[in-house]
Formats: sequence, structure tokens, C-alpha cells
Amino acid sequence: MATKVFMEALSPTMEEGRLVKWLKNEGDAVKSGEALAEVETDKAIMELVARGDGVLRKRLINEGDSAPVGTLAGVIATADENIDALVAGAGSPAPAAGAPAPEKVVAGQQETAGASSVPRSGEEAQAEASTPPQQKVADIPPAISGGAPRTPAAPAGNAAPAKGDVRSSPLARRLASERGLDLNGVQGSGPNGRIIKRDIEAAAAAGAATPRAAAAAAPSAPVIPREGDFHDEPLSSIRKTIARRLGESIGPIPTFYLTAEFDLTRVMEMRKAMAELGDEFKVSVNDVLLKATAVALSQHPEVNAHWLGDKIRYHNRVHLGMAVATADGLIVPVIWDADRKRMSEISREAKELAKRARERKLKPEEFTGSTFSVSNLGMFGIDQFTAIINPPEAGILAIGTSEEKLVVVNGESVVRNRVRVTMSCDHRIIDGAVGAKFLQTLRRLIENPLMLVY
Amino acid sequence: MASFDVIFIGGGPAGYVGAIRAAQLGLNTAVVEREGLGGTCVIWGCIPAKALLEAAYIAEKMKKAPEFGVTPGEVKLDYGVAMKRSRAVSTQNSKGVEFLFKKNKITWIKGTAKLAGKNAVTVKTADGKEEKHDAKKAVVISTGSRVKGLPQIGLELNKKTVISSDEALTLEKTPKSIAIVGAGAVGCEFADVFAAFGSQVTLLEVMPNILPVEDADCSKEVERAFKKRKIDVLTGAKISNVKVGKDSVSMTVEAGGEKKELKVDIVLVAAGRAPNIEEIGLKEQGVQLTDRGFIKISERMETSVKGLYAIGDVAGPPMLAHKGEREGVVVAEVIAGQHPHLFDYTNVPGATYCHPEVASVGLTEQQCKDRKLEYKVGKFPFMASGRARTSGETEGFVKIIRGAKYGEILGAHIVGSHATELIHELVVARTNEYTVEEVDLAIHAHPTLAEAVAEASLDSLGKMIHA
Repeated sequence: MATKVFMEALSPTMEEGRLVKWLKNEGDAVKSGEALAEVETDKAIMELVARGDGVLRKRLINEGDSAPVGTLAGVIATADENIDALVAGAGSPAPAAGAPAPEKVVAGQQETAGASSVPRSGEEAQAEASTPPQQKVADIPPAISGGAPRTPAAPAGNAAPAKGDVRSSPLARRLASERGLDLNGVQGSGPNGRIIKRDIEAAAAAGAATPRAAAAAAPSAPVIPREGDFHDEPLSSIRKTIARRLGESIGPIPTFYLTAEFDLTRVMEMRKAMAELGDEFKVSVNDVLLKATAVALSQHPEVNAHWLGDKIRYHNRVHLGMAVATADGLIVPVIWDADRKRMSEISREAKELAKRARERKLKPEEFTGSTFSVSNLGMFGIDQFTAIINPPEAGILAIGTSEEKLVVVNGESVVRNRVRVTMSCDHRIIDGAVGAKFLQTLRRLIENPLMLVY
Repeated sequence: MASFDVIFIGGGPAGYVGAIRAAQLGLNTAVVEREGLGGTCVIWGCIPAKALLEAAYIAEKMKKAPEFGVTPGEVKLDYGVAMKRSRAVSTQNSKGVEFLFKKNKITWIKGTAKLAGKNAVTVKTADGKEEKHDAKKAVVISTGSRVKGLPQIGLELNKKTVISSDEALTLEKTPKSIAIVGAGAVGCEFADVFAAFGSQVTLLEVMPNILPVEDADCSKEVERAFKKRKIDVLTGAKISNVKVGKDSVSMTVEAGGEKKELKVDIVLVAAGRAPNIEEIGLKEQGVQLTDRGFIKISERMETSVKGLYAIGDVAGPPMLAHKGEREGVVVAEVIAGQHPHLFDYTNVPGATYCHPEVASVGLTEQQCKDRKLEYKVGKFPFMASGRARTSGETEGFVKIIRGAKYGEILGAHIVGSHATELIHELVVARTNEYTVEEVDLAIHAHPTLAEAVAEASLDSLGKMIHA
């Protein structure tokens, strides 16, 4: 029985450790609990101890080198055991992206030298992206790789299912499920790497750019997603690479911005015509923009999407979040199925939700579950601005003020009512051209509002 | 002159537990203690007080015995006997700690220590000799606290008519009348003991409720029970005009808009403990203190001087034995180079052993209100518990305050028989972030008092069964 030695999380916040000094040579007999090496954490120099008895067969990290938590640092086995398969996986962070809980390592003692551990399904995708193919092959247990064909993304013989593999408190699970957080991506700071409330809060804070907005609106995964309301798409290689590379470049959400100016002439004409039929038919510019955005989203599911860490969820229903400023800060109530609602319904609902948001009377289901959001600062005379994405949504539309401007139409300068919108896009989901096409559709709808009845 | 890895100054619950853990981790450990091992807890606090409270419990229970078909002969109460038994239990426990020291090869240096740099202490022994000892890895200050009296209102301890719990624990007989100043855990416990042994007890508290750190519902419940037992409970009380005589003390007490003169044989001051920070050379080493005069420590129990640690009462409130014990474990593991889970000060239970007992963990309802938390309360009275009725102890309740949204246990409060034992189910639940649903899902044996915990959880969910 071989025991793998991992770089362990020796402090609650440790992400990588520098191996200062090996205290055992290859070939030395070691006992469980004996110190193998000195490791410098983010806080102090600590001892990395053996989790099994045997001979330290292989040292896989050089003295002075740093390695992320979870990296295979060495192998303890009997003197004559074949450890080639274990050693082959060296260099890449092993199973857990976070700390391997001691339990996890102990479990490693049960593994035979041939059956090396394979990343849990949650981490599978990321590990695959960063692991060269030949190592990947070595990670598949030979004993079962000859069996039924299976996709590399989900080798059977894989350890426990992701859910059972992640240690978390009941409260943490509730918080995570409400916020749409995948526990696989959260580093635990409780006993033995157990995920507890503060870890979820930290993860949520890291994912949300505006803390206030996060507090009110972070829980934005659909409350009860039903089958058929969406379809999940596994990440393609290129999508994974884009996600990783761009994520490294800017914060947790690699955001880019697209700005366009739309002509509101026909919207204004339409509103005027409607108002002339009676007060009850009055709608605001914002109502029209909300309706148009919802319709455009229904035509562009590639934008109406959520980033779930290991997959992208494309929604078939449009639940439009609308940012509302309240005395306590930002909150984002949701107009459910906004694309299927008539303008009058949207107008009434938007008014009602905004009113109750300000009175702090929203029910939880009224500010969770949005698939895409809109923020409007037009009433403050803001020409244009960029809004912060409300994770895990793919984007947010920032609407500026609508005002009369001198523009050139057919070679003549004329006065036209115009509005500037800026879309913040999560580049992991939306590429520049995809976002641009969405805005193109939106332009067509706003500049030809009759299309909204099509 | 001897050399150790770590030296603890003070052998109370913080120091002795820390020393045992340090020794278990292979550190050569010594403890400097001038009195007896176990400190205030074993010698002047928890243990002897609980022995007396047990005597009080039996005394009270005897009154009800005939209801159970057991009619005793003449019941005689002798505080002296109870006291001697309590001293014996205390000594036995202290010896137990001595045994643990031997078992773990910990050196007990008898004497009074003073820091001599961060890596050494000088110890003055009883015979006046001074010796120096090295501590290669660390020195841990665990000197504890002491009762300090209330000289500001004229209640300077004189150990005869104005006493502290130390003297109360060694009285040969109960006074005819006693005023207890301060209705925290200590005050309430002694009120219970002296009332059971026949003293006329007046319990004085400056705050609006007795047991001011507990949930107000609990305070009220105990106050009701005390009043039933003819203990005079005066809250919001202001004391003035204190005159300490040879065998009595008089004072003016203003409470509830009334002023009255009080004359008692003895005043027990059960308010205010001061950390033992003097005479250990803190200033010379540059150890910083908090505004309230405790030693300032980091989450790793380290003082402002590297390599010098402080734990227990001297390192700040809550001044509870179990808080000190856990700090001792943490500091030992830190010194041994381990990476212990840091102390979670929000999950320290409180326990008061008067009858009915009071125990709690987490926030009181008032604290939830102050923090504007959205919460729901579940409450189950022991009156509705089958087990409580069988023993005829139906006072009190279990109260659970849960988060409205997620059901996390914000606070749990129990008043009643065995409350101090019952609380721990909820301490485990809260520490591990269980919600009330997990508490309810755990099957509780019938008939037990613990069923009340499950019922209170259910009540917080609006689903109580037995009430």
C-alpha cells in the first residue's frame, strides 16, 4: 500500500508552500506522524508529516521550490512496491484545488500503487485543462481503463461523487445553494478543510464586485430551476482556456464593455401615441428598454447565461433583474419571464417591484433568480456608465440618460432623442462579437419598437 | 536552575491543561504554582462551589421528599459538614491534577514566578530562595484573576463581615442574614446555597436583571424561582451609606423607586474580578495590556512580546475555566509548531449552577435585536416534558433563537434542572453550524429532558408537537 505525500494546507489561508528542507532522504523508513519536511507557509515554517508507514521512496519537490496545496510532494511505499503510476502524476496539483483534507490523504493510503486518484468530478475540467495528455493517461487507473468506453471527462473508477467528497457544514450548504455557489470551488477553513459559513461568505465576496449589491442580490441563481428551463453545456477546451487566461488577467470576472448609442425617435413616437389613447397606456422609456432587452435576450440565449465554474448554464427563460437603488443600497428585483410579458405588465411590475424594494418589502423569490440584469442611471443624468456584473450572470446592461442630441442623418444634422447603453460582459461566457450581436438585436428592437409585437 | 521547553506561570485550568497538552506533544514542560494545582477553579471556584450547590439541592429536595412517598426523619442542615465535604472534593481534584502532572512528566515548581526575559523566569519559593529557570521555546502567563471587592462603595474585603467567595467557601456555619452584592453566576449560586442552608438572603444587582449576561427570559425565570424560595431579589439596585461594623454591615439600598435600610451579618461581594497582572514583570518585558487591564493577546495567544504567551482570565473575558482550558490547548499546539483551530470565542457556553440551572451559548434575544438580525424563537417549557414531571422539576424552559432565513442557531438558552448538561447538544450544533432542522432530525430518546431541546427546535420552525 502506497501513501501519497501532498503539500498540505498547514494554515487556514495557505495556498502554496515552499519546501524549505527535506528531513528524510529517499530510502529512509518513515512512520506515520513523523516529520518529512519543513514547509514555509504564508505564516510560518511548519512540518509536513507522514500520513502512513513505509519507506520514503520518492521526493517530488526540490528543496527551495514552492508548490500549490494539493501537489504531490512524495510517495511513501514499501521498499519494493511499484510506484511509477503514482510518480507520473507529479508536478500538477492533485485532486483538490483546495486543501486536501487529512481524511483525503488517509484515504490515499487505501489506494494501491496502480490506482492513482483522479480529480473529483468538480475539478475534473480544470485539471484536464492544465494537465498535459500523457499525464492524464497515467491518471486513469489501468485496471479499469480497458473497460467500457468512457469519456475522459468522467472516468468511472473516479473517487466518491463530488457531493460526498466535499466536507461542509449544513449552514454552509444552505448558503451555497442559495447563492448558486459550487462547493467544489470553495476552500474550507473548518476542521480538516470543512467548508463553513465564513468560507461561503468569503467566496461570495470574492465573486461579487460590489459588496452591497452582493449582500442584496448575490443570490441570483434561479430559486427552483426546473428541467427544461435551461440546458447545461460542458465547457469546451477553448472556453476553458479563455476562462482561465482572462480570469488571470482581470479579477475573478474578466469583464469587457460594449457601448452603443440607440436612436429613440420611434420609441418616443410610440409612447406619445400610446399616451394619447389615455393615461392608462402611458409607459416609460425604461419600460420599453426592459421589454426590448428581454426580447433580445430570448433571441440570444448565449448571453442569457450563468457561469457555474465548471459549466455554463444557458437559460431558456428570461428573468430580468432590474437594479433599484434603495436607502440601504442596491437591490435587484426580478421580473420573471420578462420576454413573455406584455409591456403593460412589465411597466406595472417594474413600478411595483421598485416601490417595494425601497420599502424593503421584497420577498426572497422576488430578488433571486435573475438570468440577466439591467441598471438604469438615466434619471440621474448619467450619459453612460459601466455596471458591475451580478454573478453568476453573463452580463449587465447599463442604461444612460435619454436626451436630445444633434446627430447626422443622411448628411443632415438633425435633433434626435438618443440613449447610450453599455453592456458589461463576462468574457468567460460572452466573446466580443457575441455581445456585439446582442446589442445589434437590441438596437433593431429599440429603433423599431414595432418589432416588439412581432 | 533548570531548562525547559515551555514554562507556564500559574497552574489553574488554563495553565495546567496547556501544560498537559504541551507535554503530550513532546515538550519538556514546567508549571510554576504557589498554591495548589487546579487554581481558582479547583480550589476556590467551580469545584467546591458545585459541591456546596449539590448539598443545597439535596436540602431543597428533602422538602419535597414526602410527595414522593419518602418521608425522612428530622432534617438537619450543617453548613460546616457541607463545607468540609466540598473542601475534600476540591483537594481530591487538585491531587488528580498532580497525578496527571506526574503521568505526563510535568515539573511543578512551587513558588511565585517573575519574568526574566521572554525565555526565562525567576521563581521565589516558600522558603525565600530564588532560582532561575530557562524556557527555550516559550513562557505562558496563566496567572488567572482574583476577587477584588468594591472599595469604591465602601465594601472593602475584610474577610469577616465583608467577604468574597473565597471566605464563603470556608465558613463553618451560615450567617443568619447575608447580602450578596452582584447577581452574576457566583452571586446567584451562593444565594442558592445560603438560602438552602437557612440564611435570609438579599441578592443585590445593579443591572436591571439578575444574571445580566444571560437572556432576559432566563433571568426572569430564575428571579421568579428565587423569590418563591424567599430570597429577596433587588435589581437595578443602588447601594450607598455602607457602614461596616464588627459583626454586621448596614447600607442603604435604592431599588424600584424605593429606599430601604439593610442590616446583615455578612456581605458577600460577588462582583468584579481583577486579572493577576502585577508582580510578574510585565512592564519590564514591555507586555501590552488592553484598556480593561488584561494582557493583550493575538489569536495565537501571543502577547505583544514574541515568544511570550498569555491564556485564561489574565488574557481577558469571558473569565471561565473552560475558556482558559481551550486557550491552554491552543497555545500548547501553537508552541509545538502545530496549526490548531483558532479559538472561536462566539461559541463559549455559559453555565450557572443555581436551582434552576441556567446555561446558554451564542446570542441573547436582545443581542439579536441590537444587531438587527432576523430571527425566530422556539421555546419549550419543562412543564410540558414528561421526564421533568417525573422528577418534579418542571421549572424553566429551552429557548432556541434561530436565523429566520437559514435556521442557523443564533443562540440557545436553557433554564431548568440539568440545564448545564443539556446545553451541550446545542453547543455542538452551533459550533458545527447545524441548523435547527439537523437538531430535530437527531432522534431524542424518550423520556428525557433533552427532548425539550428537539421540541424547542421544532417550535422555532412552527411545528412543535408536545405543547
